Amino acid sequence: MGILEVKGVNKRFGGLQALGDVNLSVKENTVHAIIGPNGAGKSTLLNCLVGKLIPDTGSVMFDGQSVLGRKPHEINQMGISRVFQTPEIFGDLTVLENVLIPCFAKRDGAFRMHAFETVAHEKEIVDRALHMLDDVNMAEKRDMHAASLSRGDKRRLEMAMCLVQEPKLLLLDEPTAGMARADTNNTIDLLRHIKATRDITMAIIEHDMHVVFSLADRITVLAQGTPLVEDVPEKIKGHPKVQEAYLGQSQHGHH
Amino acid sequence: MFGLNAKDTRFLLIVVFLTLATPILLQPFPESSSLAQFNAGYPDLMQKFAIFGIFAIGFNILFGLTGYLSFGHAAFLGVGSYTVVWMYKLLSYNILPGLVLSIIISALFALVIGFISLRRSGIYFSILTLAFAQMSYNLAYSVLTPITNGETGLQVYTNDPQVLMGANSPTSPHLFGLVMRESVQVDMGGWLFTFNIGYYFCAIIAILAFYISLRIFRSPFGMMLRAIKTNQTRMNYTGLNSRPYTLAAFVISGMYAGLAGGLLAAMDPLAGAERMQWTASGEVVLMTILGGAGTLMGPVLGAGFIKYCENIFSKINDGILHSWFAFLPDGIENFLVTLVHPFVGKGWHLTLGILFMLVVIFLPGGLVEGFQRISRLFRSKRVKDGPRRKDPEHHPKSAPHVAE
Repeated sequence: MGILEVKGVNKRFGGLQALGDVNLSVKENTVHAIIGPNGAGKSTLLNCLVGKLIPDTGSVMFDGQSVLGRKPHEINQMGISRVFQTPEIFGDLTVLENVLIPCFAKRDGAFRMHAFETVAHEKEIVDRALHMLDDVNMAEKRDMHAASLSRGDKRRLEMAMCLVQEPKLLLLDEPTAGMARADTNNTIDLLRHIKATRDITMAIIEHDMHVVFSLADRITVLAQGTPLVEDVPEKIKGHPKVQEAYLGQSQHGHH
Repeated sequence: MFGLNAKDTRFLLIVVFLTLATPILLQPFPESSSLAQFNAGYPDLMQKFAIFGIFAIGFNILFGLTGYLSFGHAAFLGVGSYTVVWMYKLLSYNILPGLVLSIIISALFALVIGFISLRRSGIYFSILTLAFAQMSYNLAYSVLTPITNGETGLQVYTNDPQVLMGANSPTSPHLFGLVMRESVQVDMGGWLFTFNIGYYFCAIIAILAFYISLRIFRSPFGMMLRAIKTNQTRMNYTGLNSRPYTLAAFVISGMYAGLAGGLLAAMDPLAGAERMQWTASGEVVLMTILGGAGTLMGPVLGAGFIKYCENIFSKINDGILHSWFAFLPDGIENFLVTLVHPFVGKGWHLTLGILFMLVVIFLPGGLVEGFQRISRLFRSKRVKDGPRRKDPEHHPKSAPHVAE
C-alpha cells in the first residue's frame, strides 16, 4: 500500500477524455515522477490530487483517507503540500513572514483567531522558520520583500514554505519549468538535498527528463490520459513504449 | 510595554500624546488673528476627528489588510447610531449601555452581511456590500419607520419611557454624570483652548481602538489577513481557510463602524438614515486611501484631513476671500476671488477631489507615504553630510514595514 493510492480515475472535459482509468501508487519515502508529453493529463491528474478538480469516477486515497471532495486547505491539513509551476508565494510579505505563515497553519489549523498574540513573541515558530530558511540558504534574505526575489529564489522560498510544514507528501508541478539551465541545476541540487536530509515522499510532475532521471526512484509515464508504464528510471529510459510516446509526439511536431 | 516592542510603544505614546493635546495643537492661531478660522480646536470638529478616525481605523483592518473593498460600511455606522438613541429612549441618557449594544448589534449585522458578501471577491464583493448598505438606507427611510422614525430621524421625546432616568439625571448624553457637551475653556493670552468632555471620551476610545488595531497588525491573525491580500491561492494550499479570516476582519471592522456610529449619537443624540447613505460609505474609503491603506496612522490622518477640509474650507465664503485679498487693487482682487471661489465654501469638494487625485497619482501610499518620503529626504541628507558614508552601490531593498 502506498501513501497515495489513485484507483480507476477518469476525468472528461466535454468530449475530451483527459484522464482514462489512471491507477497510481506512490510509496512512502520515495520520489515518484509522473512524466509524459504535452497534453498527457499530468496537470489534470495533479489537480485531482489537491482538490482543485473532482474526478468523474475513481478514488484518490491519501494515508487511508479519501481526498475527493475536500477543499485545498483541508487536503493540505491532511499532509499534502504543493509546489506550483510558477512559484506561488506571498509577494507583499517578507521572506521570513512567508515561512512563518505555513508554520502557523501547521500548528493552529485552518483558522484561528490569534489577534492578540504577537508574531515576534512566538519564539518556537520564528526559530523553526529561521532554521528552515537556513536550510535552503536564504537566511540572509529574511527581511527582503518576497516579490523582489529572483525566480530561483522564489522557487527556493516556495519549497521552504512547503517543507517547513513537514508534509507527508510533497507534490511538485514542473518545478523547473521555464528555468535557465543553471537555475534548473540549482533546483535539482535543492531537491536532492531535501531528499537526502529528511524522510519525505515526493510526487513530481515534470517535462524535463534530466530532472526526472536525476531524482526519481520510480517513474510513471502518462500518455493521452492513461499510464503507459511504471518502473525504475533505468528501465524507463530504453522502454519502447516510452520512446514511442515521446518520439511519436515529436514526429507530429509538438510545440 | 502593553505587549509591544520598544518602537511600537514609542509610536503608541506619540499617538496618545497627540490625541490628548489635540485641543491645543489644533488651535495654533490667536482668536483675534485673521487666520483664526483655520483653527480646528472646537469640540464638534475634534469629536468628528476622533470618531471618524475610529471608523477609518476599523475600515482599514478590512480594506488595508485583506484588500476587500467594502462600499457598505456606513450601514454599520447607522446601526450604531440608532442603537444608542434607542437606549436613550428606553433607559436613560447614559451612553454606556448604548455604546456596548451598538458594538454587539453591528457585529451581528456584519456577520450576516459579511457571510453573504464574502462569497464573492473583488468588484462583486464591493457591489454586494453596496447593495446591502443601500437596502439598509432605504429601509430605514421607509418600511422601518417605526424603528428609525423615517425622514425625521430618531430622537428622544419627553414621553419616551427612559426607565432608568432619575430626577437629577442629566438631560443630555452623559457617562455616569459626566455630561458630554460640557467643556472647560481656557483663555491664554489671546489663544482660546476648549477642553471638551465629549472629545476626551471619544479620544480615549480612539486610543483604545488604535491600540487594538496595532495589536492586530502585529499578530499572526493580521499577518494572515495580509497574506490573503497577496495570494489567496497560496493561502489555501498552505492549509488556511481564508473565508473565516476575511469574515472575522469584516466583523471587526463592522464593530468599529458601529462604535463610531454610536459615538456620533453619544455626542449628539440624533440618528438619521442619511448616515447610512452610500456617500458616507464612500467617504471612509476616501479617508483610508487618502491617508494610506494598510498603514496604521494613514486612515486616522485621512479622516482628519477630510473632516478638516469639510469643516474649514466649506466655511470660507466670498466675504472672507475679499477680506484676504483686500490689499490688492480692486480688479485683481475680484479676479482672484472669482478664481478661488469654486474651490472653497460650497465648492470644497472640488478641492478635496483635486487633492485626492494628486495623492492617488503621486503618492499611491497616501499621506503616510508623503511623510515617509520627507523624513527619508532628511535622513539621507544627514547620512550624506555625515562622516561615515555607506557604500552607495549596496542597498539591498528591505521590505517596507507595514505600519509606520
